[in-house]
Amino acid sequence: MSARHGKPTRAMSAPHANPVRKAFSRPLASVFVIAVTVLWTIPTLGLLVTSLRPKQDVTSNGWWNALLHPDLGLGNYHTVLFEGGSGVSTGLMPFLVNSLAISVPATLFPLVLAAMAAYGLAWVRFRGSDTVFFAVFALQVVPIQMALIPLLRLFSGGAHLGSLTLIPAVDLKGSYAPVWLAHTMFALPLAVFLLHNFIAQLPRDLMEAAVVDGASHFKIFRSIVLPLCTPALASFAIFQFLWVWNDLLVALTFAGGTPEVAPMTVRLAQLSGSFGGRWELLTAGAFLSIIVPLIVFFSLQRYFVRGLLAGSVKG
Amino acid sequence: MTLNPTVPSRSSGRRLVAVPALLAALALTAACSNSSGGSGGGGGAAAPSLSGDCAKYQPYAGHSGTTVTVFASILSPESDNLEKSWAEFAKCTGIKISYEGSNDFESQLPVRVAGGNAPDFAIIPQPGLLAQMVKSGKVVKPPAQTVANQEKWSPIWKTYGSVNGTFYAAPMSANMKSLVWYSPKAFKTAGYEVPKTWADLTALSDRIAKAGGAKPWCGGIASGTATGWPATDWLEEVVLGTYGGDVYDQWVGHQVKFSDEKITTAMKTVAGWMQNPAWVNGGYGDVKSIATTTFQDAGAPVLTGKCAMLQQASFYEAQWPKGTKVGPDGDVFAFHLPAVNPAIPNPVEGGGEFLAAFSGRPEVQAVQNYLSSADWASSRVRTATGWVSANQGVDKSLYTDPIDRLSADALTDPTATFRFDGSDLMPAAVGAGQEWKSLTAWFAEGQSIQKTAADIDAAWPQ
Repeated sequence: MSARHGKPTRAMSAPHANPVRKAFSRPLASVFVIAVTVLWTIPTLGLLVTSLRPKQDVTSNGWWNALLHPDLGLGNYHTVLFEGGSGVSTGLMPFLVNSLAISVPATLFPLVLAAMAAYGLAWVRFRGSDTVFFAVFALQVVPIQMALIPLLRLFSGGAHLGSLTLIPAVDLKGSYAPVWLAHTMFALPLAVFLLHNFIAQLPRDLMEAAVVDGASHFKIFRSIVLPLCTPALASFAIFQFLWVWNDLLVALTFAGGTPEVAPMTVRLAQLSGSFGGRWELLTAGAFLSIIVPLIVFFSLQRYFVRGLLAGSVKG
Repeated sequence: MTLNPTVPSRSSGRRLVAVPALLAALALTAACSNSSGGSGGGGGAAAPSLSGDCAKYQPYAGHSGTTVTVFASILSPESDNLEKSWAEFAKCTGIKISYEGSNDFESQLPVRVAGGNAPDFAIIPQPGLLAQMVKSGKVVKPPAQTVANQEKWSPIWKTYGSVNGTFYAAPMSANMKSLVWYSPKAFKTAGYEVPKTWADLTALSDRIAKAGGAKPWCGGIASGTATGWPATDWLEEVVLGTYGGDVYDQWVGHQVKFSDEKITTAMKTVAGWMQNPAWVNGGYGDVKSIATTTFQDAGAPVLTGKCAMLQQASFYEAQWPKGTKVGPDGDVFAFHLPAVNPAIPNPVEGGGEFLAAFSGRPEVQAVQNYLSSADWASSRVRTATGWVSANQGVDKSLYTDPIDRLSADALTDPTATFRFDGSDLMPAAVGAGQEWKSLTAWFAEGQSIQKTAADIDAAWPQ
């Protein structure tokens, strides 16, 4: 086995760090940052206040009026969670479960595949590995909107070359599988690129020592590479989870809007009704859909900033 | 807080990946797919006989355990009433009808059909979209029973469910657009009479304008990305009411252009009505405020007495605030917009929804037959208000809502000149695009009629 070096790219040299740090610790800068933070949070606060107001207040005046004349309640949340906006519809619960059932596999699949691919491309020398890496990297430019119909056709009709069946038609209608597959495919180029750059920069000596000890590629991958690239994995997992959780387009196209498979986002888009009459429910629904991403973000955030630098500087 | 503003957010454009990865992913998930198989059960066996309350569903029996999917633009709570209306049918026949509503229906349906993932049924409100779907070759012709059920609708409806002379989709519902909403209380207090002719209508408008206090008309054409559609209705009603059905059909087919003298004259009539500074925009301001008022809000001044009349479709009933009494002696009611030209008998502009099938499976045909029958239409009317069928087989006494009854009477009237909403019939580039834009510019910027008409003609696909 022959390993190769990742190219060291130093983004910033040390002397620049100090003036920047100084500039940010000035009181004036702190005030500025706090002001921006408050400004940034106001729309979210408005959303929260609106979600607690009854319908007649929401439709008659702005949310700031509730600060002077508070008349808040959890009525909207109750409607969204248990009534779904009207009599016979189910509440939000099945859709929440669907969202989880879509997001978790759609995060894990690309993570596993991309980590393996990245290791292979970075540390296993084979003819054309650079070309493959470049091709995967270049596929990032394909817009998802262009790929929707061909992909849907592939799932429902398979791929044929003349009379030769390349990929058989798989009947995945009404299941989560098409959504998992679509998200996995769309995520892989960036994931492979990100993890490749991180993994390529692991010290070569480690790999060589492992080879000398008789470790196979899989052993190296599992015992050395995976533990070392946890920050990169975690940060990509956050990216991917948030992306899938918030996705509407892929879910709507590949899963559809039935309560069996549709995620929260699809349900949220329908909450206000055909004529937009119940839009006070949207705010409550939106807040409920924020909860899970927040949990994921806060539990993984310590990896996040570390992981962001993945691949940009030599660790 | 921990959010770092320099976090590079991922763009919405995502990436397609190489085929090897696709294969790997397929292999990875093949075991997990819970695809629904075995939908062919019950097809060949003799139909079981249904008894009791279920006996009337006997013609549809024999497909127990099957599922039929329906995709439409109707959302809850309106869709709940649809599901309730066929619940008994589903229970008796054992055919599960899986309904899916989406407000992206118009863009999602072509994607799914092109992707080979078409639903069994689509409820299509625009004949133009139906034609587009038929062109894709995926729409299946209806069974004989559905075609026979069609006899209960006036013949014009069959043409709207047909593409190039072939009948594809049976209408499910109808709505009436040629209505003028007003306040019976205010009319009574002021001593106004409901106008029967266009001359009466203009005389009444002048009278209200001179009396001060209220303006005779209010309107709003803002509707998000569909801003402008209410203005297309005004123009369509005037064209239909001035020249009758033949010219209207030619106009919709672009044999008569927007810049034709007939249509520009109709636009002048609209300008003298809804762009008359003395007549509009009650409760909101000048003519230009029509472009910035949402169609949902447009009628609010009718209740406060600042506006006397609003031209809007029957479905505007849902927009009145809770507690508003709708009826001939209530807070609001509607009258049939009279024809501009008294020689045109009873012009009615309306819309409707059509049921197109993308599958010929026996259970799909059974559902298609049922949904085209007067039985189903009656069941839906009984379930809740806000739904009108132009099916002659529906007993009119089932309509409990006065607006529904008014619409049903007009829509089933054999002497009426019924025509479908023209902007829904025109190519989408015009009817759901340039016409909206240009008419909005006409109201908002006072753009000339010549330029407005020329712009719309230029957008017509060659």
